[in-house]
Amino acid sequence: MRKKSKHSTSGIAFQAINYTLFGLFTLTCIYPFYYLFINTISSNDLSAAGYITFYPREIHFDNYANVLKINGLAQAAYVSIYRTVVGTLLTVGASAFLGYLFTKKEMWLRKVWYRMLIVTMYFSAGLIPWYITMNNLGLTNNYLAYILPTIITPFNIILVKTFIEALPPSLEESAAIDGAGYLKIFGSIIVPLITPILATITIFSAVTQWNSFIDTAFLMTDTKYYTLQFLLWRYLNESASLAALIRNSQDMAASMQHMQTPGSVRMTVTMIVVFPILIIYPFFQRFFVKGILIGAVKG
Amino acid sequence: MALPTTPIENPKSFGASKRWTLPNKYKLFLMALPFLVTTFIFYYLPISGWIYAFYDFTPGIPLSDTPYVGLKWFKSIAQNQTQMEEVLRVLKNTVAMSTLGIITSVFPVAFAILLSEIKSSWFRKIVQTLTTIPNFISWILVYALAFTLFSVDNGVVNTILIKLGFIDEGINFLATNSNIWLTMIAWYWWKSLGWGAILYLAAITGIDQELYEAAEVDGANRFRKIWHITVPGIIPTFFVLLVLSIGNFINNGVDQYFAFQNAMNKDSIEVLDLYVYNIAFANNFPFATAVSMLKSVVSVMLLFMANTLSKVVRGESII
Repeated sequence: MRKKSKHSTSGIAFQAINYTLFGLFTLTCIYPFYYLFINTISSNDLSAAGYITFYPREIHFDNYANVLKINGLAQAAYVSIYRTVVGTLLTVGASAFLGYLFTKKEMWLRKVWYRMLIVTMYFSAGLIPWYITMNNLGLTNNYLAYILPTIITPFNIILVKTFIEALPPSLEESAAIDGAGYLKIFGSIIVPLITPILATITIFSAVTQWNSFIDTAFLMTDTKYYTLQFLLWRYLNESASLAALIRNSQDMAASMQHMQTPGSVRMTVTMIVVFPILIIYPFFQRFFVKGILIGAVKG
Repeated sequence: MALPTTPIENPKSFGASKRWTLPNKYKLFLMALPFLVTTFIFYYLPISGWIYAFYDFTPGIPLSDTPYVGLKWFKSIAQNQTQMEEVLRVLKNTVAMSTLGIITSVFPVAFAILLSEIKSSWFRKIVQTLTTIPNFISWILVYALAFTLFSVDNGVVNTILIKLGFIDEGINFLATNSNIWLTMIAWYWWKSLGWGAILYLAAITGIDQELYEAAEVDGANRFRKIWHITVPGIIPTFFVLLVLSIGNFINNGVDQYFAFQNAMNKDSIEVLDLYVYNIAFANNFPFATAVSMLKSVVSVMLLFMANTLSKVVRGESII
């Protein structure tokens, strides 16, 4: 009586096509990373000739050892790490605290301030007025330009506020009766309870910071403020200057077996910038998903 | 008298001592104040930069020394033939990219529906994990991957196409003006499809399983179940995202186009956001500000329209 479609011919055909489509798309999503990786660890000559397609040949790790000798790369790595660590810590701290304060209905004009914050997600003055303001504030060629503007991230604050509002209020009330102030309640009761959502926004912010490059393009003219992302973009667009850089670093390592080429440097730098994300991603996937779902509930 | 008293339902805040303390409502406000000031500086203060659209401003010279020119820069947008053509070209690219984006916004819906039809849960998990990765790398990295894969002399795509005999010599896929809109939308979905499907997958999980069982008893086949149960279950989510994308119709963002632009493809890749960026870098600040300003205003109008649409159709606002 019951018609089980999964046993019918069309059902099997459907499943076969479905599995194939998803298999192919999944391969498309990860093959580029794999392709780049095997090219960075294969002989640079074979790689430059286009022979490395599915598996590495003549494996070596010289590219990774030598790429950091290139002028400016270590500095860029430092800037990228700095903005990711400091920027993330500050925005997570600020989002946690402000998110908590906004759950307090007794705050003076709370709704006005909260709206003022939320509206910024839908409205911006525009790129150029923003640039001019940053310039007037002295935030060009300045490390602070990477971390100050991101301290307030409305989306993070919504996530924290929503999360705290879903907690049972009794915990906080009993502490308040014991005479604890807002700061004490926040530090000793709220923070331990909201660690899941703090982990989520930590990952969101860290990835955003690591990936940012438009702010560098706008605000930084001095090369010492360049991030890895921006340096990579320069390498992709200025082959001539990259070749010169390689020649300079090559002299110092004349003994090395595998000569670096602009191609090998580009690929190696790309891999170095991608690695941190590929490594943290599997561990934090569930946090990402949790974050987007809470965000979606609140709109 | 002048200071409002603390509400009665909050007696604990008086504590043990009888000396005067700041009422809680102001205490909370003062704690939030530094953050509110930061919000003001980085999100509201830039609006004051709109004033530059009314001056003959060049970077480096103070505004007080620059002549006020009224609406000169706004008029100049439509003043001469060349400028007109340029703006129209940019608008055409913007509309094309946004329209393509809206049409293809059914992709993640299809992705979620088809993925939920897969029985094997480990396969589902692997697909979901791996297809989401591209969402977390920057557009610069996407471009770096594209650069290597599609490179003319040793990229894998050209190598394979030549080996299979489809082409005789390498094609420079990234430095061409043809099909750039399609290429851009393809890269966009390569990066965003897996991530975009998450919301829909969550919505599908939320659908009552008994509906499917009941439909099966009634003899409904797979496609009927999808059409009559799954699709209605995710339409609300789709609608909210659709409305938001209408609100963002002229905001394509600058990252993707900035990463992929070059001298060869500039004509077709320059969307409004990138155009503003490019003219600013040609040091025409007042003109860039004027365009920026118009864009912000139109964008807010679109958002209100989208919000009204949402209120009328769903009885719910999205903002």
